[in-house]
Amino acid sequence: MLPSNSKWLALLGAIVSLGAASAPAQMLINGAGATFPFPIYSKWFNEYAKVDPSVRFNYQSIGSGGGQKQILSETVDFGASDGPMSDENLAKAPRKLLHLPTVAGADVVTYNLPGNPAIKLDGPTIGAIFLGTVTKWSDPAIAGQNPDAKMPDLDIVVVHRSDGSGTTYIFTDYLSKVSPDWKAKVGKGTSVSWPAGIGGKGNEGVSGQVKQVPGAIGYIELAYAKQNKLSYADVKNSAGNYITPTIDSVTEALAAADIPDDFRFSMTNPPGALAYPISGTTWLLVYAEQKDHDKGEKLVQFLKWAYSDGEKLAPGLDYAPLPDALVKRALERVQSIKY
Amino acid sequence: MSSVPSISPVLPAPGSRVPDIAFKWVAGLAAAMIVVLIVLVGWQLYAGSRLSLAKFGPGFLWSSEWDPVQDKYGALPFIFGTLVSSLLGLLIAVPLGVATALFLTELAPLRLRQPIIMAIEMLAAVPSVIFGLWGIFILIPWLRDHLFVWLKHNLGFLPLFQGPIYGVSMLAAGIIIAIMILPIVTSISREILRSVPNLQREAAYALGATRWEVLKIAVLSYARRGLFGAAILGLGRALGETMAVTMVIGNRPVISASLFAPGYTLASVIANEFTEATTELYLSSLFELGLVLLVVAILVNAAAQLMVRGMTGSGPIKVS
Repeated sequence: MLPSNSKWLALLGAIVSLGAASAPAQMLINGAGATFPFPIYSKWFNEYAKVDPSVRFNYQSIGSGGGQKQILSETVDFGASDGPMSDENLAKAPRKLLHLPTVAGADVVTYNLPGNPAIKLDGPTIGAIFLGTVTKWSDPAIAGQNPDAKMPDLDIVVVHRSDGSGTTYIFTDYLSKVSPDWKAKVGKGTSVSWPAGIGGKGNEGVSGQVKQVPGAIGYIELAYAKQNKLSYADVKNSAGNYITPTIDSVTEALAAADIPDDFRFSMTNPPGALAYPISGTTWLLVYAEQKDHDKGEKLVQFLKWAYSDGEKLAPGLDYAPLPDALVKRALERVQSIKY
Repeated sequence: MSSVPSISPVLPAPGSRVPDIAFKWVAGLAAAMIVVLIVLVGWQLYAGSRLSLAKFGPGFLWSSEWDPVQDKYGALPFIFGTLVSSLLGLLIAVPLGVATALFLTELAPLRLRQPIIMAIEMLAAVPSVIFGLWGIFILIPWLRDHLFVWLKHNLGFLPLFQGPIYGVSMLAAGIIIAIMILPIVTSISREILRSVPNLQREAAYALGATRWEVLKIAVLSYARRGLFGAAILGLGRALGETMAVTMVIGNRPVISASLFAPGYTLASVIANEFTEATTELYLSSLFELGLVLLVVAILVNAAAQLMVRGMTGSGPIKVS
């Protein structure tokens, strides 16, 4: 199915570029993939149009799966993904494919409790709640961490994402690291077999359920929670501190994460004392050798701009920018792209 | 020939069969397109699901496991959810739709008819996602706090109305589906009832029947087959309904006797998981769910056709 699908897309792309060709020579660079960074990428492309009007970017936020497929079949000039590509998928690439981290985000644990108290949770407790083994808010595992808040004798209703998403990937990746039970029974992925609870579609589906059901708990993106003023828990990190999710504590997590040379890393549960533990990054997927000289040149110029000026736009849209050290490493990689 | 130059060479000679033949071909082509389209869709779904078909075989149909992490897939809870939510929708929508159609064709004052018909047609124009949002924010809180509590209290002895109440549930999905298929069921039923010849009614009145008896004997039983057809068209819509259902059904692949429990449908899981499916087998299994949905729809329609055939009703009169 997909190869023929890609042919159609290529044909469509050809038609689109034919249309563009009649306009004054403006180059069109096509990308597709992750939905999570779509707002910041659109912002980048808009801003970059002012920097270099001779190139136009077209980004389709079709999901990470589609982004990986399309860059592998080279129907787009760059891909984007919320999770790193698996070794199996990466092996299908015709040439060396680079992962370039762009911005980071976090998952927050949102809840609905009478009186709206601020609560604190550690990883194993969150794991037990989502496994369905801790079923009451008054459970000592929760109450013990929250001596100041009075925990009601209320059933916990777990709400998770029903659609495959990078948000779920980050959350389950974190739980797999802090809860051996979770790792054995569920594991990590953009969709998993949930042992408990109900599924809501998208951040809005999960937060909608949580807002309505007293005793509900769910996970959503930090940006969404901030923009909609939802309450969320402080989470205990690996240094033993309870951390409020903020853009700064996510950038801290990035700075503390151990990042290998191919940039396929997981930044959940990093060692830093001030790092928020449930966070993750998103990647652009770009070939190390560009086929088309002109396009490759323009793409590299854009990436350089993104890592210098683009990163500064991130906090305004509630994304965490990369720390300087990582930006430097990523830029070195961008400079190595041949075209 | 040269002696009759007045006949234009462009226009066919009078009595020519060219337009007839051309029209026949154009119309035939249009009809053939539909068949070709269905076959192509089926073929693409089959081609896409080959990997999953080879790996799981027929066991895919009765396995309840859906675990993308372990790369294990089975369709049973989704088939169950699709059938149950659609049937619930039909059970609610068909009596309502037929009653509305009866009211509109037989009982309503003439000047009321057009406004009501327009209102029903408006209902058909509301996008699915709007029904879903309305479901999340208005219908579900009301169901959870009132209707479901009442059902549990009064009918809780039935397994259908037991267990915890989340709000999102199979029953909520059935109600949303009912609202969404109501327009099609109503307007087709109305057309069917309108086509019942007046002679029927007059004959019944002449025999001294009351209004209710006329409706029952002369109208409803005459139109039975047609009304059944309306229900089937509604069912076709119900089986494929995706967005609104996803938003209210709870998206949990379980098979539960309770209508308060969350469920999951074939169309919903495809819509939910397609974008982020990264492994080949995962994608292939989602394709196979699509194939299953197509086959279920065909089977349900075929069964319905057989049932219609076995029914008496409109056509040359045979009032029982």
